[in-house]
Amino acid sequence: MAATATGVRTGPGAEPAAAPPVIEVRNVRQVYGGGVVALDGITLDFAEGRLTSLLGPSGCGKTTLLKIVGGLLAPTAGEVLVRGRAVTGPGPERAFVFQDFALMPWATVERNVAFGLELRGVPKAERLEVARHYIAEVGLAGFETRYPHELSGGMRQRVGLARALAVDAEVLLMDEPFSAVDEQTRRKFQEDLIRLREVENKTFLFVTHSIEEAVYVSDRIVLLSPRPGRVSRIIEPDIPRDGDPEAIRRHPVYLDTVEQIWHGLRQYVD
Amino acid sequence: MTLFGYRIPMMAALLVWCVAWEIVGRLELLLLFPPLSRVIVAMGDVVTSRSFAEAAWITLYSYAWGMALAIVCGIALGVLMGRVRAADRLLNMWVNMFLSAPLSALVPVIMILLGIGTTTVIATVFMFAVWIIALDTRAGVMNVPRSLVEMAASFGASRWQTTTRILLLAALPEILAGVRLGFIRGVKGVVIGQLLVSIIGVGALFTIYSNNFLMEHFWALTLMLFVFALTVGEILARIEARIDYYAGERS
Amino acid sequence: MPHADSMPGRVPPAGGPGAAAAPGSEAGGSLLAWRLASVVLFCLAWEVAARAGINFAFPSFTRTVGAFLEMVLDGSLLVAYARTLEPLVIGIVLSLVIGVGTGVAMGLRDDVEWLTLPVVIVMQAAPMAALIPLVTFVYGIGLVSKVLAVMMLALPVIAMNSYKAVRNVSPSLLAMSAAFLATRWQQIRKIVLPEASPMIFAGIRLGVAEGFSGVVLAELLITPTGIGDLITFHRSVANFGHMYAVIVSIVVFAVVTVTALQYAETALFRPEKRSIR
Repeated sequence: MAATATGVRTGPGAEPAAAPPVIEVRNVRQVYGGGVVALDGITLDFAEGRLTSLLGPSGCGKTTLLKIVGGLLAPTAGEVLVRGRAVTGPGPERAFVFQDFALMPWATVERNVAFGLELRGVPKAERLEVARHYIAEVGLAGFETRYPHELSGGMRQRVGLARALAVDAEVLLMDEPFSAVDEQTRRKFQEDLIRLREVENKTFLFVTHSIEEAVYVSDRIVLLSPRPGRVSRIIEPDIPRDGDPEAIRRHPVYLDTVEQIWHGLRQYVD
Repeated sequence: MTLFGYRIPMMAALLVWCVAWEIVGRLELLLLFPPLSRVIVAMGDVVTSRSFAEAAWITLYSYAWGMALAIVCGIALGVLMGRVRAADRLLNMWVNMFLSAPLSALVPVIMILLGIGTTTVIATVFMFAVWIIALDTRAGVMNVPRSLVEMAASFGASRWQTTTRILLLAALPEILAGVRLGFIRGVKGVVIGQLLVSIIGVGALFTIYSNNFLMEHFWALTLMLFVFALTVGEILARIEARIDYYAGERS
Repeated sequence: MPHADSMPGRVPPAGGPGAAAAPGSEAGGSLLAWRLASVVLFCLAWEVAARAGINFAFPSFTRTVGAFLEMVLDGSLLVAYARTLEPLVIGIVLSLVIGVGTGVAMGLRDDVEWLTLPVVIVMQAAPMAALIPLVTFVYGIGLVSKVLAVMMLALPVIAMNSYKAVRNVSPSLLAMSAAFLATRWQQIRKIVLPEASPMIFAGIRLGVAEGFSGVVLAELLITPTGIGDLITFHRSVANFGHMYAVIVSIVVFAVVTVTALQYAETALFRPEKRSIR
């Protein structure tokens, strides 16, 4: 199968056109007061079960786009459809993971993780049980009754992730989830994310400014250029991820893709 | 807040309250509030009376002296507590205590010791203002990054030089914040002092007005005191804003 | 303005008495020793200064203590406190209800803020004590005026702190709760109020301190009852020891109450659980 690092995979073995996309972004435009154009006519589809990264330098509007998809921001123009229905605000089918964790400091880990369910009115015993399941899944078993201030940055982010998983949404929106932790923890998280994908059959939308991270975890990378934010390129790196997670970082396609993207983005570094 | 798409500044809300006051006064809904218009007219009366001139003089004189003393002593005390650990341990408790104590209760004591006159009022102003100035100065001095002090030492500065050239300037944002709060407390002090001494200054004026049932004059004088307090606060806030630019840069 | 600051020894710039060194922030034992030493030194200095005859009206420490004990034993002090506590407690409770209610409403709704904030700002900065003679003039020399005096001094600071507490709620947490589909009411109950509680409580503590000031002022200016009466009476008969004893007792009582509230604040709201900065 001929796999090039640019454009869609071609050649025998390429999959037929997939089912209708879970998320459709149609001509979304976002202008801030003062005339700053954060996003200019973004049209994208996101297929079910895939992990797509939004990658670009600061000012390219990737977090803005994520928040619009999440229903936390209303676009100036354009619309977002989730399973064919227009987005007017946050919804139970989309869960958000925040860059600064957004944990309630006065609540225990299990209460934080159960928060989404609490807001839905799920009875206490049930939601705590669900919470404990996901706390274990992210590797924090034993920390249920701790408070956020007792946890390291990496652990706090895992609480945020568990919380997003607990509401069993179809789509997981992650806003630079690993940027606030140190490098070693970050690498571990990337490996965990790949493993998580195999377990949870969800659609992931992932914002990052790290090229290596995007290439490492994504099925598809959407490159955004800044000022105004536009889709510059879409890349689908064909890297086998079932084997040793370490091996991915030495795979030639991985290395080539990273180089290629870097050369493309270099002009935006000021 | 916006109305029909136009942003209305918040102070415009005060105009709404003034109109409400006028209405309440005209309709005599509350005995406490005569119509605002009559109060404003009475202001003219009050200002031109001779006893007002005397009261204004006493107020400003006591206030100025009291604040001057409070600033000097407050900053000195704050620096002492900020620099000398032992002094801090001994004094912090008292400064904090006086900050939240009902200082009005101490005025009778001052009255007995210093007599019934402007000296007492000056002492009251001092007592009301000094503690917050000391505490904020202390906080400012303690917040000065170690590296600045070490830098001064590495260039051979004496303790005095370090204090005056580095510490006071580096702590200036906090010191000014404390001084602003001190000025506001000082206004409360000068009013309370005169009220309790009662035979001088605005205290005397209030007594005259109440004996003669002059509600409008009462309010006129009170409003003027309020405006004085707010003006002082605003001036200091402006000064504070000017040096604020380096508040974030120090660390 | 006060932020929960969990680093021992660093005091945030004070907006009020909130800057008191957190109890137990240093090795508890040595701090207590220093404080005791400080008190002892103070009493000694007082005694020496009085005996040196600074002023005939300056009673010594021992004389003051003696007078204090005398008044406690003959009940006059307790009776006086009972009288004084009446307007104080009523005034504080009313200030609490109205102050927290207004402050939270200002924090939650822009239109309430627009209308009420300028008034609260003015009330905080202005010498509200000037209104006490006015209030007396209209409402007479009874309980109403004294309660109003307490409220005029305590309300603004409670309202202001409640307002700031609500406005300072982390926008990140609010966005998070919106993302998980919280209704406005759920947001208020589960995010805003828990996060704002420490600062609201700090405001209450400041309000109580102001309330004490208000009630003393009211009793000295309006008609002496309770504590004010004792002070005025003993001054008029030149019982300076007694006068000082009463004054010191009310000051100590106020300080103890406020400090107790501060301990309660720390125990209830556990500042280390509050900030994960």
